[in-house]
Amino acid sequence: MIRRLFIANRGEIALRVIRTARRMGITTVLGVSEADKASLPAEQADEIALVGPAPSSQSYLSIERVVAAASAAGCDAVHPGYGFLSENAAFARAVGAAGMRFVGPDIATLEGMGDKLAARRLALAAGLPVLPGGEAETPEAVQARAAETGYPLLLKAVAGGGGKGMRRVDRPEDLDAALAMARAEAQASFGNAAVYVERFVALGRHVEVQLLGDGTAALHLGTRDCSIQRRFQKLVEEAPAPALPDAARGAIEQAAVRLARHIGYRGAGTAEFLVDATDFAFYFLELNARIQVEHPVTEAITGVDLVEQQLLVAMGKPLTLTQTMIRPRGHAIEMRINAEDPDADFRPAPGTVTRAAWPAGPGIRIDTHIAQGGQIPPFYDSLMGKLIVHGATRADAVTLLARALGSLAIEGVATTASLHRRIAADPRFIAGGVDTGFLGGLRP
Amino acid sequence: MAEDLPLTAEDVAEIVAILERSPYRDLDLATRRFRLRVTRGEGQDAGFTQEWQWAGAGAVSDTAAAGVVAADDPLAIGAPLPGTFYHAPQPGAPPFVAVGDEVGPDSVVGIVETMKLMNPVHAGRSGIVAQVLVPDGTMVARGDPLIRLAGPAA
Repeated sequence: MIRRLFIANRGEIALRVIRTARRMGITTVLGVSEADKASLPAEQADEIALVGPAPSSQSYLSIERVVAAASAAGCDAVHPGYGFLSENAAFARAVGAAGMRFVGPDIATLEGMGDKLAARRLALAAGLPVLPGGEAETPEAVQARAAETGYPLLLKAVAGGGGKGMRRVDRPEDLDAALAMARAEAQASFGNAAVYVERFVALGRHVEVQLLGDGTAALHLGTRDCSIQRRFQKLVEEAPAPALPDAARGAIEQAAVRLARHIGYRGAGTAEFLVDATDFAFYFLELNARIQVEHPVTEAITGVDLVEQQLLVAMGKPLTLTQTMIRPRGHAIEMRINAEDPDADFRPAPGTVTRAAWPAGPGIRIDTHIAQGGQIPPFYDSLMGKLIVHGATRADAVTLLARALGSLAIEGVATTASLHRRIAADPRFIAGGVDTGFLGGLRP
Repeated sequence: MAEDLPLTAEDVAEIVAILERSPYRDLDLATRRFRLRVTRGEGQDAGFTQEWQWAGAGAVSDTAAAGVVAADDPLAIGAPLPGTFYHAPQPGAPPFVAVGDEVGPDSVVGIVETMKLMNPVHAGRSGIVAQVLVPDGTMVARGDPLIRLAGPAA
């Protein structure tokens, strides 16, 4: 059993975990930095524990401080949320060494999947297709890899996720500068500057599969499409992936389950694939060994509470769900409302929210930690809330989405809401099945 | 801290469903811990909104909002956004610019790290670096002078 759960995260995902934990009768202790002491999650948790000063390197990313705070609070489990230490094997090991359960996969899985190159090898061993590329330590080695993959190419953080430390490079002469930036971002975000090189697919779609495993059994909860991205960060996600032939969808889902079984996956995870938009050939990208930002669209169509499943598996319980029990219903779309100015190259816009009128009503879910007077500190990422709509068909969901966006009103900081209104009105989006180049072709 | 349960998303959806069938435009609910307003938008096809206000929220000093300094130094390059200012692309690397360097509008003179993203700081105009005003790794507010340029380059 888990009785006292330490939440090693902040923002909307901290609130999301609190909600399910409370429903399950679990007491929550939220680790907070100095900057988050008066946040909404801090207000909603049963207890709070200070983990350090505002900068995340000294608070949310400090293994020592987070584990010490969880131990001192007498917790028996730690939920890491997403980002921060969620996929850090050393953190999971420290949590275990302190006598607490880690709500996430086994340490061996984190080691295998946290290193994207090791993940490639595991995927190949499980029989999944991958893109050409590989690791490169020095600028010279990167140049050599680039000669193999050709241009354009992608530089990615070995320890990465969430688009941090990722750069597209179109010409050889831009490589050195992009490499320095990618390495600096990788260092700042993950404490590991290593990057690798991968071929860039021009007309690609980003399709992922939600997985659940208990170490023995594994099943999938269908696909999500996350092709609408900027700076390789997802902005819009939907479930199921639209405009995908049944054969391709089935093959992708089966490949994901094959990988989960191959590694004896425990907990909730997501296998990400790059799908060629022209012929639906697919390549394994990575397995995110944690809850995803976009998990609500899967929850909307399957009715499964993924955080609850994570907690049950962490308690050592076998999955009670089977593949035939997963019957996706309708279509769900999520839009990420970030404190960023879409008219100024998505410049982060920290500050105080003076008004937060979020959409409400049947078929609408809002996951946010920002209410009136809410603070968006400059220390953390810019996600301030997620708008999720669920309709009987994709067309219903798109209609509901446009209506909800029409009523959404955030004042005090710039947000991506204006961009989302343009996306929701774009004929290509309304038709469905766009590729990752969608945003570049959006009318101003 | 959290004895009285806040309303769930399902509760809010139910409130909207009730309002939708009623002649009322909004519902304003206040408890010791929160205030919730559910409002019908203007126009025929308008949706509903939910606005929450929490008793505990908003009490923190708003360092982020208060920090914007008017760039009163016309020869200085100001921080384009709040964050941590770095002189070099990574620890140990040589700085982007040093005193005496000639820069053009597109020259990168530093990086401001905000929300874990590295944002290059461009000089914005031509000139010669006269003084680096802020030490490496300093938290800066938007508009804070970072680097002073001496006149336009010849």
